[in-house]
Amino acid sequence: MIEGLAAIYIFLLAGFTGFEIISRVPVILHTPLMSGSNFVHGIVLVGAMFALGIAETTTEQIIGFIAVLLGAGNAVGGYVVTERMLEMFKSSKKSAPAKSEDA
Amino acid sequence: MTLLIQASYLIAAVLFILGLKQMSSPVTARRGIVWAGAGMVLATLATFATPEILGSEQATTNIILIIIAIAIGGGYAWTSGKKVAMTDMPQMIAMYNGMGGGAAAAIAAVELLKATREAGHDLTGSATIGTTLGADVAILGILGAIIGTISFSGSIIAWAKLDGRMNRSRLLPSQHVVNAVLALVTLGFAVAIYFNADVSLIIVFFALALVLGIFITVPVGGADMPVIISLFNALTGLAVGFEGYVLGNAAMIVAGIVVGSAGSLLTQLMAKAMNRSVANVFFAGVGTGDSTAAGDGAAGVMKEIQAQDAGILMAYASQVIIIPGYGMAVAQAQHKIWELTQLLDEKGVKVKFAIHPVAGRMPGHMNVLLAEAGVPYDKIYDMEDINADFKNTTVALVIGANDVVNPSAKNDSSSPLFGMPILDAIKAENVIVIKRGRGAGFSGVENPLFFADNAKMLFGDGQKAAAELIQAVKEL
Repeated sequence: MIEGLAAIYIFLLAGFTGFEIISRVPVILHTPLMSGSNFVHGIVLVGAMFALGIAETTTEQIIGFIAVLLGAGNAVGGYVVTERMLEMFKSSKKSAPAKSEDA
Repeated sequence: MTLLIQASYLIAAVLFILGLKQMSSPVTARRGIVWAGAGMVLATLATFATPEILGSEQATTNIILIIIAIAIGGGYAWTSGKKVAMTDMPQMIAMYNGMGGGAAAAIAAVELLKATREAGHDLTGSATIGTTLGADVAILGILGAIIGTISFSGSIIAWAKLDGRMNRSRLLPSQHVVNAVLALVTLGFAVAIYFNADVSLIIVFFALALVLGIFITVPVGGADMPVIISLFNALTGLAVGFEGYVLGNAAMIVAGIVVGSAGSLLTQLMAKAMNRSVANVFFAGVGTGDSTAAGDGAAGVMKEIQAQDAGILMAYASQVIIIPGYGMAVAQAQHKIWELTQLLDEKGVKVKFAIHPVAGRMPGHMNVLLAEAGVPYDKIYDMEDINADFKNTTVALVIGANDVVNPSAKNDSSSPLFGMPILDAIKAENVIVIKRGRGAGFSGVENPLFFADNAKMLFGDGQKAAAELIQAVKEL
């Protein structure tokens, strides 16, 4: 368990870190970044797995199952769309490889 | 083993932060998401080895259930995420975000139910959720439950509205008063849960929070949706962080709070770019339908231009700045526009793209749409970087944009747009506006730019008009 003061330290430092990361981002990356941070809170999957993993009653299992289902959706979906968006950003200085995924 | 799992969580948290950091530059952004992804896989695998899970009474059943749930949820998200069109990205992000909020709320529900059960074993009968979990865990757990649930139902409404499945922007008369009362009642139930150990209270509490999320989101106008989605994204992060504290999971705390604070800042930046305060987004609005103030009508005549003449003008220009708006993406004209850009490039014309902070359906969305068409990001300029350049520009080509080039935002204090930063297209030598008809823009405000002396209108569907321009330039 993380308790008391230590937890407050973690909350504070994490808060500053988030602020620091965003404050230097160009507008062009706002949408991918929102999507990227959306992916990062997909870590909720880990908590959901824990909740379902230690479930004892059927009700707890059902709700835990829903939690894992939703958490996995958040993590996987967040990754897929962010990666798709970022993959498209390229500079004209490098020779742009011709891609023929969808015409 | 526990140490190894904790170490995996720590590495995952570090990878998330480094990944997000790299996403702040287009050069390293791609690597950033891959790093964060690696962190997620590591944390997920490590969780399977958690002693509490392996040692639980129903370990086998539960682990099988976990794998099935991951397969279904992940499988659905994988296929939907792979095939969603880039124009539909905002609602997809809303959907995945809502799932995260729902997961956090469901974790809280399991913990609260478990605590209720344990409190029931107390022989004196005086045990409550608060005494069973401890004040800190109980308070953060319940707060996370409210926030997560609101984010869940709110995001689903946001998705439905952006996806065109829902158009109503008001449910009840004086919705805002109803919302305030509902919020207070929900908080009342939150307190009641803390001081009791009663399953029915918990059920009503979650139901109220669900309705609250719906009621908050329904009145928000379409143009303000990105701000709401960004806000819900931050809220989900917060809920995840709080539930991480409840479970004693450092990776969840760090990742959740980082997203919570980053998301709050991003929400503010977006609202500012749209010249709105976050409170404004919730309580009033341009584009909600009840403000039809049309500004003082711009008078004059629109001058029409044919594609052929427009093509000649551009082909012999020294510099062309293209100002794309969401209308371009709706018409699917971005590929044609890129083709036109390449043609002009060959003729020695300097072509730049100017992006308003709110072009597209959320900040940065237009960059994604252009990138999809193959436009390299170093041809794309932010508003602050390009506004001074319009005076050296032969042609400013406006396609599918309207309010973001409306000069009344600068010089007409009676205009609903007044104060919004705009692209100074009007300062270019010539302005060519590709537009479907003569009507007003998204906000219903007339645009004096269209009547300006140096502006000419090229009427027609975006894609068709772009194709005609290409034809015109090719024929030269």
